[in-house]
Amino acid sequence: MTVATNQTILVVGGGISGMTAALEAAETGKHVVLVEKNPYLGGRTAQLYRYFPKMCHPTCGLEINLRRLKANPRIQVLTMAEVTGISGTKGDYTVNLKTAPRFVNENCTACGECAKAVSGEIDDAFNYKLGKIKVAYLPHAMAYPQRYVLDPAILGTADADKAKAACKYNAIDLEQKEESVSLKAGAIVWATGWQPYNAENITPYRYGEFPNVITNVEFERLADPHGPTGGKILRPSDGKEAKNIAFIQCAGSRDENHLRHCSRFCCMGSLKQTHYVQEKYGDEGKSTIYYIDIRAIDRFEDFYAKVKANPNVSFVKSKVARISEDKDGNPVCWGVNTEGYVRYSNPHDMVVLAVGMEPSVKGVDIPAEVMADSSGFIMADPANAGIFGAGCATNALDVNRAVQSATAAALRAIQVVNKVARAEA
Amino acid sequence: MSDMNQQMTARYKNNFLKEIEEQAEMGDWVKMCMQCGVCSGSCPTNFHGGWDHPPQELFMMIRAGKRDEVLSSNSMWQCVSCYNCYVRCPRKVPITHVMHGLAEYAYRLGKAPKGQPTQHLSKTFWDNATKYGRVNEVKLTQSLYFKDGIGSGIKKALEMQSMALGLVKAKRLNPMEAVGGGHKCKDLKGIHAMLAKARELEAKRKGRQPA
Repeated sequence: MTVATNQTILVVGGGISGMTAALEAAETGKHVVLVEKNPYLGGRTAQLYRYFPKMCHPTCGLEINLRRLKANPRIQVLTMAEVTGISGTKGDYTVNLKTAPRFVNENCTACGECAKAVSGEIDDAFNYKLGKIKVAYLPHAMAYPQRYVLDPAILGTADADKAKAACKYNAIDLEQKEESVSLKAGAIVWATGWQPYNAENITPYRYGEFPNVITNVEFERLADPHGPTGGKILRPSDGKEAKNIAFIQCAGSRDENHLRHCSRFCCMGSLKQTHYVQEKYGDEGKSTIYYIDIRAIDRFEDFYAKVKANPNVSFVKSKVARISEDKDGNPVCWGVNTEGYVRYSNPHDMVVLAVGMEPSVKGVDIPAEVMADSSGFIMADPANAGIFGAGCATNALDVNRAVQSATAAALRAIQVVNKVARAEA
Repeated sequence: MSDMNQQMTARYKNNFLKEIEEQAEMGDWVKMCMQCGVCSGSCPTNFHGGWDHPPQELFMMIRAGKRDEVLSSNSMWQCVSCYNCYVRCPRKVPITHVMHGLAEYAYRLGKAPKGQPTQHLSKTFWDNATKYGRVNEVKLTQSLYFKDGIGSGIKKALEMQSMALGLVKAKRLNPMEAVGGGHKCKDLKGIHAMLAKARELEAKRKGRQPA
């Protein structure tokens, strides 16, 4: 049972920003309800292989946040939950939530027997559908809560009975239904993050048509040992080792036909990903970055300089105009190099599109009046009253800046509930 | 050097970008280019050569003040108006229109390359269409075929004979148009007045002597 009052801070979205906002607020003594749509916390950060610029693993930072979260009795986490309605005003909101059934209760020990027992498969959403998983699954190795999930597709199949029979802890509950919950909250932090821009919209790049044209977020999963290839960089069409990789910057970003804004993280993302190629294949691994200009924001210039000094990484100052495919399934990049205006048509083993960030709030009805900018990001506007955007819901940010933004949002939310507390005292 | 060229050189001195912004149609878009190269890479004529400078280079040359090189370039005359560059430009620069604007301006200044076939076609088409307010296909074709002399004109006409007969059969071409002025628009005076007014407005807008 979730207890909430108008001194509660509701945080919507359990990625790095939402977790940060929730923790920062709770650690000052506030009561927080953290709502996450997925069955696990961590969001897109959990789907990264390494961070720039230190090349460390995001699982490490997430682990620290999860420890803080587990140690804090003032945060209640609701997974598989979505906000369906917000009414009331600053200091006195009523929020309606909808929770989807997990079909697995708190008894689960994550032993994995249910997954062994079933045979049905679904797309692996965590790995951007690059592979398949069983209908009874743990979203990823680090998932919190560390509990299995049954996909609704299992209902009414023989797998449902098999999973139930395999569970020694009586953790499977096929009777669970979608539920509606209503909560009070004094302030709301909206931290629903971002989604990769749909590369199919950039028609000359033929994403979705040529299997060896993939996106940067998919490339993270290919490089990750927990990914669908066990960390080997293999091309989707034939499983061949992809040693000659092209990165196309501004795939969708800074483009009036797609995303108007610069997504900020993609230059650093691709520079980081050239390390993966070097790490896996040594001097045999070649990366080519096609760019308009490299935006290694502020202190990351050093990182760029280091990548530039690597003889296995080349830079072509040109936005690729189109991609074709040769008879061996190699994507071929066509364009004109701005340095010298030389025409090129270069075959690569694989092309990685550095797609930009689209705010996940775009086109989604936040069930309240919230100001958005021309790209759909939530603006810091007094008209938003007690609803504050945090992280990538407010701007295209890397993890570091998303955390800063979340802390700022938590501070604003704290001020609102403090006022409520003073009024009631 | 033509009068207009002298006039413009004096007026803009070394600021060629400003000259293009004010004098060439759609020239004010040039400064929006961010040199990504999608226009050049998307051009269907791209890999056939024949271009002195791809559009992005031409835009950079304008900013760099390379007046003679830009105005006498053959590039803007190579544009086939497919609009690929325009629809794909991340800055929504109407590149096709800018190219036509540059071509027209270079022609007016007398700097455009002489005898360039697209230029010849444009001029012939314009004169043909504005004279009677309608295009006279027979006369237009004639002036194009016989551009390089009688011999090559006859050769070309014979080559295209069956197509011409087909067009006549389908009533898309009237051989009688060769006689007299051919068909005209109803209000010939009106259309000439309109064109004169447009020229006057353009001259006023661009601060030029009326032509």
